[in-house]
Parts: sequence; structure tokens; C-alpha cells
Amino acid sequence: MGSDVTVRAGVNDIDAFDFATTTATIAPVLSSARVAIVTTAGLRADGVGTWSDGQGFVTLDAQARNLVLAHASVNFDRVGLMADINVAYPVDRLAELAERGTIGSVATNHLSFMGAQPDHNLTTLRLDTGPAAAKQLLDDGVDVVLLTPV
Amino acid sequence: MSALAHVFENAGLATVGISIVRGQAERSRPPRMLHCEFPLGRPLGIPGDAVFQHRVLAAAFDLLTRVDLPVLVDFPETIVDDADTPLSCVLPPRHNADIPAALDEFIGLRPAWNRRLASSGQTSVVRFAGPENLHAAIASFVKIADGEDWQHAGLSVGELSQAAADIRAYYEEVALELTGHTPLARQSESWLYRATAMGLLLRRAQAALKAANAPREAWFRLVPTAQPPAPSA
Repeated sequence: MGSDVTVRAGVNDIDAFDFATTTATIAPVLSSARVAIVTTAGLRADGVGTWSDGQGFVTLDAQARNLVLAHASVNFDRVGLMADINVAYPVDRLAELAERGTIGSVATNHLSFMGAQPDHNLTTLRLDTGPAAAKQLLDDGVDVVLLTPV
Repeated sequence: MSALAHVFENAGLATVGISIVRGQAERSRPPRMLHCEFPLGRPLGIPGDAVFQHRVLAAAFDLLTRVDLPVLVDFPETIVDDADTPLSCVLPPRHNADIPAALDEFIGLRPAWNRRLASSGQTSVVRFAGPENLHAAIASFVKIADGEDWQHAGLSVGELSQAAADIRAYYEEVALELTGHTPLARQSESWLYRATAMGLLLRRAQAALKAANAPREAWFRLVPTAQPPAPSA
């Protein structure tokens, strides 16, 4: 059966903030899009193994590969990401897509949050750090964001 | 993650997300989500398989052309974890009977960890600044497991979790080195917690902390939720 069945059963019905409506931005043609990854894996590039940023985020240089998984949860497989970071943070795959012309370009920086936040209303993220992250991406010319969990 | 999608879309960014817990994506209703029923921790499915990862990305980016939003689409393949088949990995023989078995095992695995560090150039054993600094933490876990007052065992509430995280990273990096391939999902986790002296120690320490009514933060992250509890003494 596997362990994930147990873990998913425990988090599947967790309360989520109700946004009431779904707003959508029209995506550009993918071959002209500038794409960034925003992961909630709690990855860090500063060698620190703990996440002290709450609902904040850290900036990851798109060239950085020596990243540390600082996510607090113990309830997911970690060795896959140790062996190949692309399994949760597909930074090399995006670079390949840009080389092929499938996407227009890759952002200068990607962003990392940590999921599994105890405040399910995510007030800080919705009102402060999320908009700040969006501004940072827009300032880099990003128009498409790939969101990846862990 | 779904909340970020809403915030970004409102700011003028088009998003597409990979979902790993379907119920959360259903309730949050972000505009474009690809649900991947893959092992938790591996949202693109298979480490080291660029072709498979590109298939997942192609399915995700395809959603950017949809106009019937919100959309939540299931990737057509599923992958389950292998926690029930722990990795088969040779452990070092007992070397120093004068120290606890878990510490002896930890020290015995050090050459394999060193080789892994040399070949990969990176490590997640960073919270205590290297394996040698974990020896005292392991001794503290032994005290706790043996019934000493956890508040005088040498580790704060936060340090208990951080030490456990470093120990797990050490064993999983060792597993990568000893097997020479990437284990299936949760196989190395189950090897640590079910087949090693260290895993038994962490499970016993967790049980002792619970029995002593230590705060949840002290014991919750010592052992993954789905791993079995420590055997009765």
C-alpha cells in the first residue's frame, strides 16, 4: 500500500483559504514565455538546513544546483531529490526546454517557499510575501510560473 | 501552493501547478493544475529520468492553452512509493562494543558517507555542521530512549528535530553510495527506520518522549508518521 496513502489521507481534507473565485491571467504563447519555477519544497542555496522564513521565500539563482532541502516535514521521500533535484525542482528540464525553443527563456532567478504552513489562512503569504514574490518575478520579465510542491 | 497561484494570477502572472494532494487542489481551485499521483517528494515522478520529467512538464504546460478554467487534470500514469520494501543495504559489523550500537553503526558508515560527499560535492548534513558533531546528539537520543529526563539529555526541543533530520540525511546519502543507484521512493527511509540500529534508537526515543508527555514539537519529526512505532520493551 505504501506510506503515502497514510500521509495523503491525513492532509487531503485540511482546510484551505477560500478564494471564492478563480482569477486567471491569459498565458502568452509558450515559445515566447519567460518561465520561472516557484517551489514550495523549502529549498535553500545558503547551506542552511532549517526554514526560519515562515511564509516568506528565498531567491534561488537559476544556475545554482547545490541546494539544501530545508523543508520541516519528514513525511515525504527525500532521497529522490538528493539524487536528482529535478524531480521536484526541474531547473535543468526548463533549461533544456529553452534550448529547444519550447519556452522562450528561463527566469534569472527562481523562488522557494516552504509548504505545509501551520496557518492555513496563509495571511502573510496572501497579503505580503506572495505579492512581493510576484513583483520580483514581474521585474525579471517573467510571465509564466511553474509551481512545484514536494 | 494553490494560494500562490491565486496571488500570482491576480498580479498578472500565468501559472500552472503540479498537485500531489488532490483534495487540496480541488478545494483551492487554482486556475491550472496537473495532478500527479506520484510519491510525495517526487512531483515529477522519476529521479534521473529526463524523458519522463519532460512528459510531465509537457502535460502541465499544455494546460496554459485551456480556457475552461479552473482545470484540474490527472496525469495518466501513477507511481506508488515502496516503503513496504526497505532497501537491502549492508551494514558494518559491530566494531566498538563500548559505545552504543547506533553510534557504532553511525561511525562505521562514515567511509561510505565520505565517498558520497566526494563524488557528489554536496550534502544535506548541515544542521550540526558535519557528522562528527552528531555523536553527542546520538548519545543524547540514547539517554532519552533509556528513560533519562529528556530535558536534561543535552538537546533542546528544536535540536531534537534538527539532529534527527541530519541523521536521516546522513543515512540516505550513505544509502545512495552503498547501492549505487537511486532507491525507489521511501525505500531508504524504511531501511533507516526498520533495519538499522539508528532507526530503532530514533523510534525508541520518540516513544520515550511521548511517554514523558514532551511537547509534540520535541518528538513529531523524529520518525515519519507512517513508519512503525518502536517495539515494546
